[in-house]
Amino acid sequence: MSAPTQPVPAQRTPAGEEPAPLLATRGLTKHFKVGGAFSGRNLHAVDGADIVINRKEIVALVGESGSGKSTIARLLARVYQPTSGEILYQGRPLSSMRGRRQVLEYRGDVPMVFQDPFSSLNPAYRVSHGIMRGLKLHRHELNRAQRFEEAVRVVEAVGLTPAADILDRYPYELSGGQRQRIGFAQALAYRPKLILADEPVSMLDVSIRIGLLNVMAKLRADEDVSFLYITHDIASARYVSDRLMVMYAGHVVESGPTEAVLADPKHPYTQLLLSAVPDPRAPLEVTAEAAKGEPPRVINPSPGCRFRWRCPLAIDECATTTPLLRPLAPAHVAACHVATADPDPTAGTDSVAGSDSGGEAAPE
Amino acid sequence: MSGASILEVRDLSVIYPGAGGTVSGPVGAVDRVSFDVHEGEFVGVVGESGCGKSTMLFAIARLLSPPASITGGSVTFRGDNLVTMADRQLNLLRWRNLSVVMQSAMNALNPVTSIGAQFKDALEAHGKFTAAQVRERSVEVMDLVGIDPVHLKSYPHQLSGGMRQRAMIAMALLFTPELVIMDEPTSALDVVAQRSLMLQIKELQRQLGFAVIFVTHDMSLVSHFSDQLLVMYGGQVVEVGPTRMVFDTPSHPYSRGLLDAFPSVRGPKVELTGIPGSPPDLAQPPEGCRFNPRCPVVEGDCHSVEPELYQVGTVRSRCLRHNPERAGTVEVSS
Repeated sequence: MSAPTQPVPAQRTPAGEEPAPLLATRGLTKHFKVGGAFSGRNLHAVDGADIVINRKEIVALVGESGSGKSTIARLLARVYQPTSGEILYQGRPLSSMRGRRQVLEYRGDVPMVFQDPFSSLNPAYRVSHGIMRGLKLHRHELNRAQRFEEAVRVVEAVGLTPAADILDRYPYELSGGQRQRIGFAQALAYRPKLILADEPVSMLDVSIRIGLLNVMAKLRADEDVSFLYITHDIASARYVSDRLMVMYAGHVVESGPTEAVLADPKHPYTQLLLSAVPDPRAPLEVTAEAAKGEPPRVINPSPGCRFRWRCPLAIDECATTTPLLRPLAPAHVAACHVATADPDPTAGTDSVAGSDSGGEAAPE
Repeated sequence: MSGASILEVRDLSVIYPGAGGTVSGPVGAVDRVSFDVHEGEFVGVVGESGCGKSTMLFAIARLLSPPASITGGSVTFRGDNLVTMADRQLNLLRWRNLSVVMQSAMNALNPVTSIGAQFKDALEAHGKFTAAQVRERSVEVMDLVGIDPVHLKSYPHQLSGGMRQRAMIAMALLFTPELVIMDEPTSALDVVAQRSLMLQIKELQRQLGFAVIFVTHDMSLVSHFSDQLLVMYGGQVVEVGPTRMVFDTPSHPYSRGLLDAFPSVRGPKVELTGIPGSPPDLAQPPEGCRFNPRCPVVEGDCHSVEPELYQVGTVRSRCLRHNPERAGTVEVSS
């Protein structure tokens, strides 16, 4: 499986010559046992995901519920151990980390922001508690006064003022949007390299979602933080992200620069996803054709494309061979036997050119 | 809308009295809401959480549980006032003429009985049917919503989220009602399932001719489906009119703000701001216009004068800028 070409040149790791991205995964796989220990049934939540996140980059991971996107976030946060595959942080495999100190360091570098701001803050403590704890744990160099200064700084960085007053409040005194900003402030206090944001705005009202997305963009610009933004809302993904990855039933089916993917979606699932987004600005036209079928439950899957039951373009090959990601346009890969490549995909190896005759990527 | 009106809501108000011992006063969750629903019409109700949209639905269906109570106004359904109706009489209307689809099908369906058994319960509670009739009707409604009738034997957990919502809608259609009230039926679904469910509702409406009141926080969702749109803020209707008019030329700053809060997947990428601040505390609503603390075009008298719904072309808007008397009375602002 060829790794997606990186749009942003990565820095060199101190250890080696190879330019290593901030975080990369190689064939990341997670299976869950279902139906008891001896049932032999495995739910394939994530299968062979190759993800690259560069410095100062916002990568959006889009997919429907059950597609495995939250599992990826939890794998990266070391909540789950991968069934197989490897996560490389700054070129170093996570499995090689030994001892509490190294793990703690990684957790400080790659914190997570959760979906539900109402249950992710401890209601019994003031807002300052969570931030201060993080500072104590991850920033030993700071003394008490510096810790408070730093807490004020991160609260202001996420757009909450007056910071000292906010720090003194209890979570119930804050609105949902403010609480979620505190979630980001807590993550920011660790001086992170990459924030894993798992549906950070889906519980918030539409009128305040944009504010949070703007906070993410600002943190990236001011604090040099990368984000993995997990969402089912492709419009908000477009709003903040540089690169877009689309997941379906545990597979990454398409990945590339956000604008390129949305302007010319190669995978039929991406096309379906895009056509389903309601757009009030578009003229009134209701296509009568409802999308058929449901996402599959991937328990002990057989080979083949997992989208083939719903795919309008499916050919015989789709039922026998699992399509691999292949370059179809500059930095733009998709896992589809049928999708056609651009006339000149710069990334070369157009190994499956023969399957182009199977059908045209019809516009949805 | 051409058809006769089947539901007339007039000055409906709901109050949650302040819980004993707390500092907060009574919460006016719904404040003098009025609108009509015509035969076969699709009415969209949008607003943020806490704006009173769900409370209003429950008030219309008389499903409010204490301490909330309807403190004023009327809900006239086919000539009868639902607010003052006795429970026994209400039972005859419910499900037969007016049914409700709840927000979360996972919680609204009984997890320990099959879908078919729940259909049977509903049918038997509101009419007399033989076992064969129950069976026949259940299969019919399952076919209507596009679920294989074998799933009548299934339990809710065996269905996917989209199928569960469809089953809920099938259940609401058991008696072919004239009005179906839907409280965010699609909010737990992803965009693809959401869109196909919306198309299905629209198609069923075309076949069976029922009217729909559809509550959602996602304004873009109803943009292509609803005939009339109600925008609620702080317990009040702030804008009401034909959906297309509200989308094309929103006349209330809040509607405009809501529309501008959605990033688009098409067209040029623009920086958005959303609406600053957060929804009002209804125990202590702001003086004057309830939107004034967050309003980008706020003026002097917005803080003191409470706006009414003013006619602006084919829509009505609760914004002082559209007050015909204002031009003469307030010159200070310019």
